[in-house]
Amino acid sequence: MDVNTFAAYGYFFLIIFLVVGSYSYIYHLYKNRKDSSGVDYEHYSDMALKDDIGDAPVKPISDEKKK
Amino acid sequence: MENRPLEYDYTVAKMFMLTTVVFGIVGMSIGVLLAFELAFPGLNTILGKSAAQYTAFGRLRPLHTDAVAFGFTVSGIFATWYYVGQRVLKVSMAESKFLMFIGKLQFWLYVVGVAAAVVSLFMGYTTSKEYAEFEWPIDIAIVVVWVLWGVSIFGLIGIRREKSLYISVWYYIATFLGVAMLYLFNNMEIPTMLATDAIGETNMGSWMHSVSMYAGTNDALVQWWYGHNAVAFVFTVPIIAMIYYFLPKESGQAIYSYKLSLLSFWGLMFVYLWAGGHHLLYSTVPDWVQTMGSIFSIVLILPSWGSAINMLLTMKGEWQQVASSPLIKFMVLASTFYMFSTLEGPIQAIKSVNAIAHFTDWIVGHVHDGTLGWVGFMIMASLFHMAPRVFKRELYSKSLMATQFWIQTLGIVFYFTSMWISGITQGMMWRAHDEYGNLAYSFIDTVNVLHPYYALRGTGGLLFLIGFFMFSYNIYKTMTAGKRLDSEPANASPMGA
Repeated sequence: MDVNTFAAYGYFFLIIFLVVGSYSYIYHLYKNRKDSSGVDYEHYSDMALKDDIGDAPVKPISDEKKK
Repeated sequence: MENRPLEYDYTVAKMFMLTTVVFGIVGMSIGVLLAFELAFPGLNTILGKSAAQYTAFGRLRPLHTDAVAFGFTVSGIFATWYYVGQRVLKVSMAESKFLMFIGKLQFWLYVVGVAAAVVSLFMGYTTSKEYAEFEWPIDIAIVVVWVLWGVSIFGLIGIRREKSLYISVWYYIATFLGVAMLYLFNNMEIPTMLATDAIGETNMGSWMHSVSMYAGTNDALVQWWYGHNAVAFVFTVPIIAMIYYFLPKESGQAIYSYKLSLLSFWGLMFVYLWAGGHHLLYSTVPDWVQTMGSIFSIVLILPSWGSAINMLLTMKGEWQQVASSPLIKFMVLASTFYMFSTLEGPIQAIKSVNAIAHFTDWIVGHVHDGTLGWVGFMIMASLFHMAPRVFKRELYSKSLMATQFWIQTLGIVFYFTSMWISGITQGMMWRAHDEYGNLAYSFIDTVNVLHPYYALRGTGGLLFLIGFFMFSYNIYKTMTAGKRLDSEPANASPMGA
């Protein structure tokens, strides 16, 4: 197998991998709806809407430190 | 000392807002002059024949493209980062003297770099690589500015209170990493003094002129991998960062689907980097690179429309805001132009369409409906949203803003329609031949036919520039004469009549 054939196979399988990866990611997002820390993905919009310096963060970094 | 509550500190954002306006005026004015030079060639010597080298199309063209891309747009990216970054990470620049110093240093080095770029391009120093014309000392200065921005981004992230990074922050990070990689690899160059005259025998080289480290087709491949992704990481990715923050914030509406924003982000990151080959269709690069460039360009419609539709659906049930607020109008039309451009681009990247479109004015039209309609509108809208919050004053005039919107929209329509017609006319005339294969037209035949469209394009550009002056005046008056605000507006920006 010369290097071009090798590159072509590599490219083909990379594309298959990326397609499977991206569809799995879509499936994962819409099935779980929440991330690993239990926050609904849609709540992250509040990071823009409630962005005064006094507003409560959606996921405060200090919580992480307490654990 | 008075114990004041913590506030966001917009010092650096304000500095970059100023350069956004100044470089916008410079870059767009040169653009309008260039458009009229193409329609009326006498303008190439507008200051007399002795100054012709400074006013000729060839000398000014890179000044236009670089001033609007690396002056206006990049300033807009920095200005919005120093505003949005603090807010979504819930941390103030005032909390870190170090980051404040880095921000100011970045600004001043950036201004020096831009000044050096403008002067050197005017004097005729160029690497002659499109959108990468700066000679090597300026490239080094740009890398330093960029690294400082990186320190700012990751420094602010390092002291944040909000653990998750808002989608806009992802896009700003991608801008930083993408441009860093592209810029470094495409600007690998050697001063000709070192290449030809390392021991000082021939006296042929120059310290101020350099040659690319890549040769021939390889150079072209790297150049268009860079060139197309400069469109990706300067004109697309950071502008999406802006719209994902400013449209929800100004309208008070949550993003239609945050999940879709994540999907589109990764989709765009995977796909964009492979599409540059479409600039080299029918050239000497390998056929598979050309086909790959075409295919990835078409796949690119998906993540692009994912973001654009997400933004339009964010306005679901709130469309009366589009009618009542000129600021929302700018953003919704920006998103619409983004959809339009990201459909037009892939169409042009199809090989059979490209056979007509390549090297014609249609390409120029495509670039401008993206840059004027999407980039220009979104940056101006962002500054309009920021102004009342950073200056603590009402926006000076709503009617001026609305008038600007319609003048500029008309200008963009003039621009792209004239370039569609002239581009396709050009493409068809170049290909036309008789039954024996002799070309039906000479080059000058096409020039004669295109004249009215060039004049119309210049007029469209002029309308956009007039609108930009109205924008600048509105921002200036907001800063100096707008009604003072007692508290920061939550959503819709307050506007005077």
